Amino acid sequence: MRILSYLLPWQFSPLACAVFTVTLVLYVRGLAVLRRSGAPVGPWRPFVFFLGLALNYAVLQTYFDYLAQHMFWVHRLQHLILHHIGPALLVLSAPVSVLRAGLPAPVWRVLRASWVRRPIGLLWRVLQNELLAPVLFVGLIYFWLTPSVQFLAMLSQRLYLLMNWSILIDGILFWWMILAPIEAQGAAAVPYGRRVIVLTAVALPQIVLGAYITLCSRPLYSIYAVCGRAWHISPMLDQQLGGLLTWIPGAMMSAVGVLVILHHVLQAERRALAQARAKAADPPAGVPA
Amino acid sequence: MNRAQLARGGAALGIVLAVIGGLLAAVIGCTQRQLPGRVTNVAGLVAALKFHLTDQNGVPVSAASYRGDAVLLYFGYTHCTKECPTTLATLADALQRLGSQARLVRVLFVTVDPRRDTGPVLRRYVSDFGPQFVGLRGTTAQLTRMIKRYRVTYRYQKPYPHGDYQVSHSSAVFIFGPDGRARLLVQSGARAGIIAADLRRLLPARAAVAHAHGGSPAST
Repeated sequence: MRILSYLLPWQFSPLACAVFTVTLVLYVRGLAVLRRSGAPVGPWRPFVFFLGLALNYAVLQTYFDYLAQHMFWVHRLQHLILHHIGPALLVLSAPVSVLRAGLPAPVWRVLRASWVRRPIGLLWRVLQNELLAPVLFVGLIYFWLTPSVQFLAMLSQRLYLLMNWSILIDGILFWWMILAPIEAQGAAAVPYGRRVIVLTAVALPQIVLGAYITLCSRPLYSIYAVCGRAWHISPMLDQQLGGLLTWIPGAMMSAVGVLVILHHVLQAERRALAQARAKAADPPAGVPA
Repeated sequence: MNRAQLARGGAALGIVLAVIGGLLAAVIGCTQRQLPGRVTNVAGLVAALKFHLTDQNGVPVSAASYRGDAVLLYFGYTHCTKECPTTLATLADALQRLGSQARLVRVLFVTVDPRRDTGPVLRRYVSDFGPQFVGLRGTTAQLTRMIKRYRVTYRYQKPYPHGDYQVSHSSAVFIFGPDGRARLLVQSGARAGIIAADLRRLLPARAAVAHAHGGSPAST
């Protein structure tokens, strides 16, 4: 019974329930459709997808959410998952083909209609801009960590939801731009070289802010004292742990991102090499040997 | 644009972002001294007054029971040695400064330790602070609903060998207008004069009416 109460949402959110249910149903349906059409998806991609989805769900709709409301460092861990780890896992699982296969045909037809596709495509290209995306990514972190903003976000249910959803959506947008292979991205794709620059650019301000919070000698976020902490911990230790979580794993994700990009580059190179070799091995028909 | 240019541009962008970040952090954090005891406007942010609890006389009450009065909501417990008595004394001081207007104010003291804070214990405790003070207690479910609504928490500490225990709890006083909507949040350490001035702003019209109906102003 106690375990069950930890798994149930602290504050039930119909929006979260709807979003996660629809995503899960589409994905599972997509897996079934692809299997029936003779192109089943291997075990790893669904595993990574479900892991990413489960992590995001767990930090939003279980007892974890209570701890995140009443402990600064748990709040930072929540955002590390919502903004970095969860979205990165979702993107790495290359979920688009599966989700598309799971979409009922009428919905897919509506999405492909030009009056839907054009505005969405425009918005998408703006959000996937390599200058805007990092500014948005870092800007959101700084905005919600402004002490006066954090104070109100923790008091207001609506602001709290806005904070977490803005972080999750921006996380998916940003890591899609960074981690998805170019051939999956279409017109908005950013070249790999620029992605590495973007990753460096977002790591630095996170290091600065994380170090500042960790090394600051007075409490910055009074809201946790005002509303009460989830368990007994000194305010300074709480702040230092939260600062470290912003500082190190947040910035480390940039290094992980560079490794993934390197993998994509090597893959592309290997494909190009194989093609060149194939060409050299059997010359086009009609050319005398 | 060749590769070297791109790298230079990227490095420049990184440095600019880092500098902006550093400046922002400095401006946000270091110059803004967090004054203890601030009063914050929380209109539209904190949920309106709503609860079902039992008062110190064992009577079931809800938010509607206090409609028309400005309500000060505070979570604490009677065995609290420092924080609760200090806060309640400050609130009593603020009410005294209000004079006759104090009749339009209720202080709801919700115990987070209903096991020890029975009705009679609460009655004795709140009567020390003044007639506007009401002690409220509820079941665990009622209390949980309330702390979820106001986004606060409490926690029982490990008991001492003789069985006595402390409870950590929020330090906030939520202030609601006569219409039940949240208006202000008082952090611990706020001075009584400031709280009284803020309360006066919440109840001008009603006090004038009460006065016109022959309520004699209390001696100050």
